[in-house]
Amino acid sequence: MDNNQNMAKESEIFESRKMKLNLLKAFRDATARKPKIEGVECPACGAKTDDAELQNSMYICEHCGHYFPMPADKRLQSIYDDGEHELLFADIEAKNPIGFPGYKVKLGELKAKTGLDDACVCAKGKIGGHRAVAVVFDTRFLMGSMGTAVGEKVTRAAEYAAEAKLPLIVFASSGGARMQEGIFSLMQMAKTSAAVKRHSDNGGLFISVLSHPTTGGVTASFASLGDIILAEPKALIGFAGPRVIEQTIGEKLPDGFQLSEFQLEHGFADAVIERKQLRETLAQLLKLHRKGGARR
Amino acid sequence: MRPILPRGLFQAKEKNITPRERVLMARSPQRPNFKFYSENLFEGFFEVHGDRQYGDDSAISCGIALFEGIPVTVAGHVKGRDLEENVAVRFGMPNPEGYRKFRRAALQAEKFHRPLITFIDTPGAYPGKEAEARGQGEAIANCLYTLSNLKTPVIAIVTGEGGSGGALALGVADRIIMLENAVYSILSPEGFATILWKDAKRSDEACEVMKLTAHDLYEFGITDEIIPEPDGGAENDPQMIIAALREVIAEELRVLMEKDTDTLIDERYEKFRKIGRI
Repeated sequence: MDNNQNMAKESEIFESRKMKLNLLKAFRDATARKPKIEGVECPACGAKTDDAELQNSMYICEHCGHYFPMPADKRLQSIYDDGEHELLFADIEAKNPIGFPGYKVKLGELKAKTGLDDACVCAKGKIGGHRAVAVVFDTRFLMGSMGTAVGEKVTRAAEYAAEAKLPLIVFASSGGARMQEGIFSLMQMAKTSAAVKRHSDNGGLFISVLSHPTTGGVTASFASLGDIILAEPKALIGFAGPRVIEQTIGEKLPDGFQLSEFQLEHGFADAVIERKQLRETLAQLLKLHRKGGARR
Repeated sequence: MRPILPRGLFQAKEKNITPRERVLMARSPQRPNFKFYSENLFEGFFEVHGDRQYGDDSAISCGIALFEGIPVTVAGHVKGRDLEENVAVRFGMPNPEGYRKFRRAALQAEKFHRPLITFIDTPGAYPGKEAEARGQGEAIANCLYTLSNLKTPVIAIVTGEGGSGGALALGVADRIIMLENAVYSILSPEGFATILWKDAKRSDEACEVMKLTAHDLYEFGITDEIIPEPDGGAENDPQMIIAALREVIAEELRVLMEKDTDTLIDERYEKFRKIGRI
């Protein structure tokens, strides 16, 4: 029957259209789901890892072992026993001491974006049962650069550690002194060095942990003044940056120049320690210094 | 602190010279340099050499001399008068050995109760391959560390370019004095423009926003005294600079040498502690 044939044809067309539509839907869903698993691309091997995975792996690429910069709060959680710690000096924020154009706005944007007050965070807590004060730099905030807020926090942490007779641990990762605060940033080098000197003269232990990158005015001040200096693998550590050196001497620098292993070889670090071993190493060092932190 | 010139008079002068012009004056090869100061402000300058670890560095000179009859330790960055001299001293950019020699001289000053007088004039520490391999950062850091509680009076005079950590290494002092056209900054204006704007050619603009003149630093409470210069810069009447410096150093030493060591050290700590206190 004509009518039946027509009906069959219509249903065939309907079915094929439905299939196409489903395919389109499936394709749309597949592409729409992609941003959810986008994650972070490893600059070393190009592999993508999602945020949760990255956190679980302590910000180390699971494909090639590349170290991502570690957010300060995650570092504190990874170092202290059960992640428990109390933040110190959280109310310290930079002003605009040389009235640098646009600086206040820039600071406001970064605070909103990162949830940080400035480029470092201070805390106290226990590592392997030993109390310790920590300062952790965060490169998301103007490359972890040191202006007055960072200088003040490092200084207060050192003064607090000296007063409370506690060891001080600074996890540095910084491009150096902060340009936008001009001469005030430069003077923070003197201020922080003087503070760690006082802590030291008081018999206090200072462990400096260097991660990628530690350069400029931070290398040329407190970061190089630890009783013990540890470095994460393959971190760039130096005073002048590689590009400036290459421009000055007119030649390419060899592979590995200024990296942690180079600093160890040249006598400017005590040990290169894997990130996943840091907590254990710090606990061991604190145990070895347990009579430290105070002049007997 | 007591400025050498009444503030109003100095500010009147400030209006006539732009920060960029001061940077150029501070870099003038004719400007009095460390050799001139060591010969004209002091008697019997005996230069010491070497860091006792690796070598000597000609970009920092250290020695012992008499100032108005008082034994003092003198140290400073060395700049040359011409290209040949400047190549020999790396244009006043020290290697780590220079900073380590300075630290050695400073510790001797402490041991023998000699005041330490430093002359700052450098574009910055030398950014070289060997300098990095020998720990430029550590060498500078250790100067800051040691001077922060050196138990003898320290006076730092910025005579020309005070560039970056390489300048500050000689600058942790009880008194910071600047010549009127000297500059003191976190980095050279060229370096500053490169880092912030990725364009070294914008260094003129950097000079204007960096706040690097003696006047700026006096306003910030970082510099204690400003030594007036003749029109056209210090080279036009170097003896005038010597006379003013002689007067200021004598006065400051008189005050500082009377302080007991704990007070001296506490006040020096506080001098830097208050910079950017929040």
